[in-house]
Order: sequence, then C-alpha cells, then structure tokens
Amino acid sequence: MTTEGPVGAPERPEEASAAPQPAPDAKPGRHDSFGSVFLHNLWSANTVVVTILSIFLALIIGAILIIVSDANVLKTYSYFTARPSDAINASWAVVSSAYADLFRGAVFDPAAVSAWLSGGGTWQAAFTPISETLTYAAPLVFTGLSVALAFRGGLFNIGGQGQAVVGCICAAVAGFSLPLPIVVNLIVALLAGLAGGAFWGFIAGFLKAESGAHEVITTIMLNYVAALFLTWLILQKGIQDPNRSDAISKPVPESAQLPSFGGALRVNLGIVLAVLVAAGVAWLLNRSAFGFELRAVGANPAAARTAGISVGRTYTLLMAVAGGLAGLGGATQVLGTAYALTPAVAGNIGFDGLLVALLGRNRPWGTLLAAILFGALRAGGNRMQSFTGISLELVTVLQALIVIFIAAPALVKAIFHLRAARSARLGTSMAKGW
Amino acid sequence: MTTALAEIAAPSRFWNRPRRLGVALVVLGIVAAAVFGALAPAGNARFTISQNESGAAISINGQVGAILFGVIAIGAGAGLLAGVAGRWQTVLLGVGIVAFVLSFLCWQVAGKFLPLVDTASGTLQLALPLILGALAGVIGERSGVVNVAIEGQFLMGAFGAALVGTIAASAWAGLVSAAVGGVLIAAMLAVLAIRFPVDQVVVGIVLNLLAAGVTGFLYERVMQTDAESFNQPRQLPIWRVPGLADIPVLGPVLFNTNVLVWFALLLVLAVHLGLSRTRWGLRTRAVGEHPTAADTVGIRVRGLRYVNVLVAGAIAGAGGAYFTLVATASFQKNMTSGAGFIALAALIFGRWTPFGALGAALFFGFAQKLATYLSAVGSPVPSQFLNMLPYIATIIAVAGLVGRVRAPAADGQPYVKS
Repeated sequence: MTTEGPVGAPERPEEASAAPQPAPDAKPGRHDSFGSVFLHNLWSANTVVVTILSIFLALIIGAILIIVSDANVLKTYSYFTARPSDAINASWAVVSSAYADLFRGAVFDPAAVSAWLSGGGTWQAAFTPISETLTYAAPLVFTGLSVALAFRGGLFNIGGQGQAVVGCICAAVAGFSLPLPIVVNLIVALLAGLAGGAFWGFIAGFLKAESGAHEVITTIMLNYVAALFLTWLILQKGIQDPNRSDAISKPVPESAQLPSFGGALRVNLGIVLAVLVAAGVAWLLNRSAFGFELRAVGANPAAARTAGISVGRTYTLLMAVAGGLAGLGGATQVLGTAYALTPAVAGNIGFDGLLVALLGRNRPWGTLLAAILFGALRAGGNRMQSFTGISLELVTVLQALIVIFIAAPALVKAIFHLRAARSARLGTSMAKGW
Repeated sequence: MTTALAEIAAPSRFWNRPRRLGVALVVLGIVAAAVFGALAPAGNARFTISQNESGAAISINGQVGAILFGVIAIGAGAGLLAGVAGRWQTVLLGVGIVAFVLSFLCWQVAGKFLPLVDTASGTLQLALPLILGALAGVIGERSGVVNVAIEGQFLMGAFGAALVGTIAASAWAGLVSAAVGGVLIAAMLAVLAIRFPVDQVVVGIVLNLLAAGVTGFLYERVMQTDAESFNQPRQLPIWRVPGLADIPVLGPVLFNTNVLVWFALLLVLAVHLGLSRTRWGLRTRAVGEHPTAADTVGIRVRGLRYVNVLVAGAIAGAGGAYFTLVATASFQKNMTSGAGFIALAALIFGRWTPFGALGAALFFGFAQKLATYLSAVGSPVPSQFLNMLPYIATIIAVAGLVGRVRAPAADGQPYVKS
C-alpha cells in the first residue's frame, strides 16, 4: 500500500469539498491553545480525518490499478532492481497525468482559465468543469437524500434505483404527453416524477408496515421490476419516438426541460432545486414532527411504539417520501440532461445515491457535499477517459473504495494508527440484517 | 414483532394459510380457464420430446388444454378451501400451480410447438448460476452473514475464468480461478462484516459496485486491447455418459452436459446433508440462529463465519464461471446483469434451504427460458413481464401472501463478544 507515492495535487480540492464539518470541538474544561488542540485532533479518528484518509487510500489503490493495467509501465518493473528510477518515473507519469486530468475535468482547467483571463478563451470554457460536476451531482443529491432520510428512520432504501426509474418514466411521459404552457409543464413533470417515485417507495413501505417484509429485499426486487417495465414501456406506441426504430421515447419538449444557465454550459436548474430540497430535508428531519417521529422510530422502534408513535404509519410515509425524493432525482435526470427515455436513462444514480448517503453520513448537508464530490469524480472521469485513455470505470472503483473505508472507520483507524476520537460520530453502520 | 403476532394469531382464524392459498388457486384457475381458454387459437399445441419440431410429441388442442388445466387448478384450490389434511396441502398446491402453468402453455403453444428437451436443458442451464449463487447464499446466511455481494462474486468469477482460462489455455484453470475470484470478494465481505462489524448489506452493495468497477476497468484496459491473448477462454467440455444419455428427455438434459451442472446438483445434495447431518451443519445453524449460545458451548463463532463466507465465495465464483466458460466465450462488462440478485431472490424464495434454493432457481430459470422462447415465437405476452416473475414471486413470498419466509435469527448481525 505504501510503495506508491504518486498521488500529488489532484486529491486536495476533493478533500476540501468532502469535509463536511469544520475542525472538531476542543476538550471542555482544559485551557489548551487552538494549535495544540488542532494537532491533537489532526491524527485522531474523527469524521474529517477519516473522510480525507479514505479518499487518499482510494486514490492510492486506484493508482495501483492504473499501474498494473498498463503494459508499458509493467515492462519497466521487470528490471526494477537494476534501474528502479525507470519504473518509478513511468508510474508517476501515468498516474499523475490521470489524476491531473481528473482534477482538470472536475474543478478547473488552468489552461482554459488563463486563456479566459488573457482574453483568448470564453468564460464558458473556464467554467465547464464546474458545470459538469454540478450537472452530474444534481440527481445524486436527490437519490442520496432519499437513502439518507430512510436510513435515519431505520430503513435501508436500496430501491433508489427503481424509484428513480419510475420517476424518470412519469416525468418524461407527463413532459411529452401533456400540452401545457412553459413553466406549468415543467412543474407538472417534476411533480409527476415525485409522485411516481413516491408510489414505488410506498409499495415497499406499505409491505413493511403490513407484513414485516424486509425493505431491503422488496426494494431490490422492485428495482428490477421497474427496469424491466421501462424496457417494455419505451417500445410501446405513443411512448416510442415514431421516427426511431431503437428503444428511445419521444423527446421531452423544451417547455418541460430544466432550463440551463449560460448557453454552452450543461448545468441547469436541477442543482438549485437540489440545494433547496436538501434544505427542505434538513428541516423535515430536524424541525418537523414527522422528522422527530422518524428519528425516534429509527433509534428504537419498540420504544417509539411505546411512546405512542405508529411505527407502521411512519415506515409507510417515510418510504413514500424517500421514494419521492429518488423520483425527483430521476425527473432531474430526464428533464435536465437526458431529455428522452432510454433503457439506461437513470444510469446508476440510485446505487450511487446509496454511496453518497453513506459518504455524507446520512445528514442532508453532508449528502449534498458527497454528491458534489461524486459528481466531480464523474465529470473528471470523463475527461480522464478521453484525454488519458483511462477507463471511466476507475471512477466507480474510487467511489466504491471511498465508501468502503468510510463505512469501516475502524479499518482506516487501524491502517494509520489513529487515536480514538472523543467526539467521533462514525457509526454509519446499522448492522441490522434482514 | 409483527411476525410473532401473526404466527400466534394464525391458528384461530378461519382464513388460515391453506384457505388463502386455495382462494388464490381458484382465482388463478378461473383466469386460466376463462382468459387463456378464450384467447387460445384452435390449433393443436405440440410438446415435442426433442430439441426441435421433429420426433414424438404430446399433442393437445390448445383451447381444450387451457380450459382443462384451468379446471384442474380450480379443483386443487377447492380442495385446499375444503380443508384437506396437512400432508395433502403441498401436493394440491403443487398440482394447482403446475396446472396453471400448463394452461398458460397450452394457450401460448396452440398452433405451434414447444421442444421439451430444449426447454428443460435451457432451464437447467439458465438456472445453473442461480443454483450456485443461491447455495453460496445459503451457506453464508445460515451462519449469520448476509451475502448481497453474490453479483460481485459472479462478476469476479466470470472475469477470472476468462482471464486465466485464456492465459493458461485451459478451462479447468479458468474454473479454479473463477472460484479464487469469488473468494477475493468474499474475503473482503468477511473481513468487513465480521472483523469490522460494518452493516453487511452496505458492504455487499458496495462490493458489487467495486467488482463491477474493477472488472470493467481491467476489461477496458487489458482485455479490449488484446482480446486474443486475454479474453478467449476455452469452453468447459460437454461430457456424455454412454447409456444414461439415451433416456428420453432426462438423458440429454442431465447426462450430455457440462461438468458444472453435475457439480451444482451434487453440491445441493452435499450442502443439504452437510447442514442437516454433520457437525459443521449443526454448528453453522447454531451460529446463525443464536451465536451467543453457540459461543457458550465453545464454538468459534467468528472463525466458523469466516470459513463459511469464504467457501460460499468459492461456490459463487464458480457460478460466475458459467458466464464465460459455458454461456458465452468471452467476458463483457457487467455481463451478469443482475443474475446475482436473482440468485438472492432464489435463496429467499427457497427459504434459506438448499433444496428450496434449487427449486426456486429452476423455477426462475424456467421463467427466463420461457421468456426467450415466447419472444422468439412472437407471443403477445411481453418477455419483460415473464422476466419480472422471479422478482414479483420473491416480493409475494416475503410479504407473506403465500406463507411467510423467515431468515436465520442472527442473519446480518455481527457477533461481538462481550
């Protein structure tokens, strides 16, 4: 693990964006200077440090994968003992160029920015990376919030994918089949996506409340039912694009599309909506009566029942709300970027939302930041793929690894010999089973 | 909590499980007789005992058959409603479901033919990875470790089989490395779920993504650039047992096939006997139901769980070999396309038992085979809806509409010694 050093600058900005909270609190009652408290906490297993180290570890393992999959670099390792510098230089070159492109595609490209400042380029080119990052992040915010909210109520919503697919279907169908004026059409389409996802989530919540069917099993199964339904639906008359023979629906008219900012940039109203919804979920969770109930049920269903909370009703409502959020994510995807239904229209946003929620530690604002990090990885991955020729799949690996380390803070703590943090709230694991 | 209440309340109710099943069967039978019978064209439905249209065939008028089998299903349902003795209930349920399926087939096949041998062997082939994946699930989950990472183990197995199978130019090396690939994912699952008690469902889902990412990445970087030297594995040979292979229908299906089929079927028997008759099985069940009690009598809970998860990983990995050594001749990105989750469904639908898993896997395999057949003959029933069958059946099973399924008590709960 420690043989590779070539992970330099690129990971820094992501660290910054992933850090959900400022430096942890100081010990009460002692009069330490800020500096000593900071240093003391620097190497303890608190949320920020574990998150940063998780990203760091993931990038190192990603670097190893890049190296072992590159035949030219591997050749230099055959004479490593004779001239180690060749191997190290070659490894550094391939890894640093890959991660540099990841950074340029996700945050900013120094060349484009300097061109803009010196009058040679456009501001659009300078802001394209950020635009791409936010475009990819927007649906993930919704699906991440869906999973996070359900988690807080003690439910594991793996059905984000299916709910997003149903949201896509409803939003797109409402978008292209209802002849409505410009703003109304968009609102109706978004609400249709919300309702579709909510219905799909409701099924799982209702079954859980009525019969105790485990939501993990039912939502996994509902994911596939939704995906198969989509592949059937887009080939039906009235849905399929009459000018096409392949599996694609009619396009969503402009009146129902999420408007984008600034011409050439793809970033659209979806990300604004996402921030507003994150604020709404934060309010729902921490300030509303329903939020209190769901947190009580999540912490201890038996105690909540004794206290007079209807656990079944909470489960049903919670899954409907979570499903609605994921459905909005699907709607953002189809109204914001895809503009038509295809079998893969929802991509992987449901499962990515799961990772986003875990990375955001099931808190609304944490989820928002995590979604932006994932969006950045995805946007950077596109550039990495086209410029350095390193498969976009590396991004999937990085995302999965980050979340594995986040979910197992004890592992990170053991690898880096971190001190135990007093104020650590690292318990993302729920450990409930079926 | 809800579970316990329902179980205590059940005997006193008139609408107990057999009666509810009876009503469901009667409704299905009426649908079959009325709808399938009315829709069936007048031609004969021919079920040929061969790979194709030729040869001996069981022939029945489509309309008559659809109505006849529908009436049989109604009769079976009525028997359940009347309240027959316990041991006859399962028989009647089986008869009713089979009659419903046959009625459906009579409608679909009327005027056409259905090659029985081809259908049976296709069913078994499609069920093959499901059987192995579900068995892996049985072994892990009976000892209390939830395995949602079957999909990842399949992918890793399929990838390992293709890569090593090509480099070593041997299908057997491919099969072994498929098992190793499965063990790799299983090892991560075991360490994270047992040593660092992370939520097992979370770990499973993330490992699926990791496996998809790693295999996809290496596929694009290594296999796509030079498919000939990295992605053209030899196929597992087809073995024919002389004599036995000449038995009609069963012979070609069971005794003229690849070795993975025998491995899977024998493994079902072995796991069944192992779980019910051996010391290992008793301990596995004890650890899965009540780890504290097992620990008290001196069973090493975590050690046993490690062993079981790793063995399960090898089995699921071998199941992944099906995709590159049997079904197709090369690895593709995400080629398992959800088979791991169908295997999970088979495990749950089969109530966490080896033979239940086998039955469920065969049922799901049959549904898939039927879906391809029906879309090939241009049936009005969309293949997507038949492909939904495994998932919907599992939802119905866990929702307790057809008898409740119950997981091992400690499934998914990490054991931390106090």
